[in-house]
Amino acid sequence: MSNATQTTNKPSVMDFLTRPAVKWVLGALLVGFLALLPMLNLSIPGVLPGATYTPGTLQLLAFTMLIAGLALSYHLIFGVAGLLSFGHALYFAAGAYGLGIVLRRFEMELIPAIVITLVVGLLIAGVVGAVSLRVTGIGFAMVTLAFAQAGSVLVRRNADWTGGDEGLALDTTHIPDELVGVLNTRNLYWVCLAVLVLVFLVTSWFEKSRAGHVVAATRENELRVRVIGIRPYFVKLLTFIVAGVLATIVGMAYLLLQSSATQKIITADFTLTLLVIVVLGGVGYRWGAVIGGVVYTLLDQRLTVLAGSEAIAGLPDFLRIPLSEPLFILGTLFILVVLFLPGGIAGLAKRVTRGRSNVRAERDVLEEVV
Amino acid sequence: MSTIVLLLITGLGLGALYFLVASGLSLIYGLMDVLNFAHGSFLTLGAFAGWEFARRFGADSWGTFLLSLLVGAAVGAIFAVLTELLLIRKLYERLIEQVLVTVGLALATVALFEGIWGQDPIYLTAPAWMGGQTNVLGASIPNDRFLYIAAAVIVLIAIVLFLKFTRFGLIIRAGVENRSMVTALGIDVRSAFTLVFAIGGAAAGIGGVLASHYNGYVSPYIGGSLLIFAFIVTVIGGLGSLSGAAIASAVVAVLQQFANYHWGIGDLVVVLLLAAVLLLRPSGLLGSKA
Amino acid sequence: MNAPAPSDSILTVRNLSAKVAGQQVVEDVSFDVPATGVTALLGRNGVGKTSTIKGILGLIERKGELTFAGERIERLRTHKIVQRGIGYVPEDREVFSKLSVAENLRLAERTSKPRRELVDNLFPDLVERAAQKAGTLSGGQQQMLSLGRALINENRLLLVDEPTKGLAPIIVSQVADALAEAAKTVPILLVEQNLQVVRQLAEDVIVLDGGRVVYTGKAKTLLDDETLIHRFLGVSGGDSHPAPSVASATSAQEERA
Ligand SMILES: Nc1ncnc2c1ncn2[C@@H]1O[C@H](COP(=O)(O)OP(=O)(O)O)[C@@H](O)[C@H]1O
Ligand SMILES: [Mg+2]
Repeated sequence: MSNATQTTNKPSVMDFLTRPAVKWVLGALLVGFLALLPMLNLSIPGVLPGATYTPGTLQLLAFTMLIAGLALSYHLIFGVAGLLSFGHALYFAAGAYGLGIVLRRFEMELIPAIVITLVVGLLIAGVVGAVSLRVTGIGFAMVTLAFAQAGSVLVRRNADWTGGDEGLALDTTHIPDELVGVLNTRNLYWVCLAVLVLVFLVTSWFEKSRAGHVVAATRENELRVRVIGIRPYFVKLLTFIVAGVLATIVGMAYLLLQSSATQKIITADFTLTLLVIVVLGGVGYRWGAVIGGVVYTLLDQRLTVLAGSEAIAGLPDFLRIPLSEPLFILGTLFILVVLFLPGGIAGLAKRVTRGRSNVRAERDVLEEVV
Repeated sequence: MSTIVLLLITGLGLGALYFLVASGLSLIYGLMDVLNFAHGSFLTLGAFAGWEFARRFGADSWGTFLLSLLVGAAVGAIFAVLTELLLIRKLYERLIEQVLVTVGLALATVALFEGIWGQDPIYLTAPAWMGGQTNVLGASIPNDRFLYIAAAVIVLIAIVLFLKFTRFGLIIRAGVENRSMVTALGIDVRSAFTLVFAIGGAAAGIGGVLASHYNGYVSPYIGGSLLIFAFIVTVIGGLGSLSGAAIASAVVAVLQQFANYHWGIGDLVVVLLLAAVLLLRPSGLLGSKA
Repeated sequence: MNAPAPSDSILTVRNLSAKVAGQQVVEDVSFDVPATGVTALLGRNGVGKTSTIKGILGLIERKGELTFAGERIERLRTHKIVQRGIGYVPEDREVFSKLSVAENLRLAERTSKPRRELVDNLFPDLVERAAQKAGTLSGGQQQMLSLGRALINENRLLLVDEPTKGLAPIIVSQVADALAEAAKTVPILLVEQNLQVVRQLAEDVIVLDGGRVVYTGKAKTLLDDETLIHRFLGVSGGDSHPAPSVASATSAQEERA
């Protein structure tokens, strides 16, 4: 409110930058820049572990982009449709484990294996969505959680298919050589970038489509949507399936990048991490989900490095113990964001650039969920 | 026959642990509409507190064991009350944010417990009787199961008496049904919020100490692993219904034991049961809220 | 707009606006409730009567100036406002269905000296059914219980929202009589669709339309004027026949028991 005087009629730089066409051009430039990174020798000490062309850094960046993509798919369910799902990890795991199992068991080429895994992801999302959307609110959250738990149990119990506690290693027999090995990390990096761009485009397109508008309207007022003669169930199901399939795609890229799938990607904690990321970035903002994913992953990585550092080891216990637990710091940060920064990072950025105090409105966006 | 008795009683023993977690979850949700993800951390901290106490005062004596239950209850209650006062209350009437805060607290505290006590299980000792067995209708039942059942029954009776015969209990029961009408009668319903957190935290703390004996160890993760089943039990029983939570705890755990014994798929059966119950009766077995 | 409150009013409402589900349903409403007698708050369905009452109590998001017995209350929480001496009888009764009749009354007691006898004398039915769950009572009995909860304390104002809605005619007159009895000692702001009851009880009326005050005046003036009734309430108020359209619409629903 104190900045209200800034909002004059003169076109400001910010207004220009937020015009749709300009936004897309900027986005394309950013993607082009990211695509060039493996060829560049850039270093950001403290944020990245090494220069941008090194495999270690590329691996981290690629991983970050996948988490951002996964968070985007969760944004579709939570931020757009307003459905609090606790089982989104299931579709991601379906992609990673599905592709791994198809490659190993059926000895297929990569492309048909991907197609089959996609169909499997689609079917799982369709069935789970169709069932769980019959209940609302906390009931929905619990049914999605229950199905994800069921998936987790299946993975644990069928160790000869999934590798059990060991995890499932990628069978590289039918993977093109360009996508295998540390030396080819840059190719995998490009694959992951492409996946993120794909997920972003699909998400944008979906949000702007008729179904996207209707599902956003159901979030705000289910009754009104019913009144205009649309059954909210089907648009919600469509959203659920689109988000699930996107997560499956990201999961497949994850398997290629990490060369293995482990049980932690199908736990409830993993879905909770996605929730944390989306809230951290700003519920309802596409960019928020991406930025949340990037910030969370890089922070997690850096904090882990910090935890092992000598500076920390020398501290007294009451400082050393909390500071050497990345999840403690991230969890605390998350609590602070919820308490004091409704709208997350994207909301904050918007308030700063627009010079408006929108805390109320941000909170209301959140309250419409469920 | 003896197998059935064995499965039944061990199932009830497990159900007792579920109930100690689910009772608080259900009361908190019923009164405040908050799904408390931090409840597992109340339990874990209670377990560690009980263990820290017991190992200092001789873990194999009955006196220490019983006192460790009290310590667990007290620590769980204090942790829960602080959570309500410092975090939940700040977000009064902002339901989603309240849930998110408990998610953050769960993540942060589990990490903190890892930092303090390490990630590995810490094995503990108990009074010798608990390691023994008693013959019931031909089945050898591990003695500790009777203890869990007794503890859950005592907690259940205590909560029921409290709800039935005190003014706070009256306020809580009314608030579960219609919170805003309670305030419209001139009652500050927030004091009841703190109270249900205290009750839920105490029950979870007791549950934590007992769960560590059930497992044979304490670890930062015992709360989280029980929490998911407790959620399921709470939803099946009907959010906000104490008797629903009690019945569902017993049913779910016994079913789980039988399915595990016969086909090894106990967890899966529980999940399917949840889906079935929610689809047939979205408000749970005894719930009235949708 | 900001006319000074007359000194003989117990509650003054100035520029009250309230929101329900994000929508503005009460806009800039101002009126006074005199310190004695029954004041009726009238208007068609959905004009914002209930929201006005809930706004006064702080049960929904609202802004404006509220003065109760000389004290500003718009910043107080609901329970504090009620503790200042307000009894509330909500639309649709809102008794606690899983609590017994006695427990419903006990919960409402705000002091150590509840007026149990007064309530018992007024509603003997409730005495018989003290141990019964409130959810098993008939609609009329639930309304008695809801009124009982408000009357058990010594209040300085009652807010009563459609107490005769959906009740059989004989119960309607019982409720009206109970309100008349109460009105001897405490002022009442009464939302009521049954114009017969309004005629029997109210001295002053305030009429809302589209979330705004469109008429204030003496009850008799309004009720004697067919065109005013038609304009503001959309019904005919024929006082020769005891069943104007609103009343017949409600009694048609009868008691669901
Ligand atoms: N729970 C609700 N959700 C959405 N709109 C509501 C809700 N309750 C009331 N409204 C709207 O608020 C307006 C005022 O309602 P209310 O105050 O109950 O009117 P009255 O008591 O005069 O019939 C109505 O237009 C109604 O549609
Ligand atoms: Mg009304």
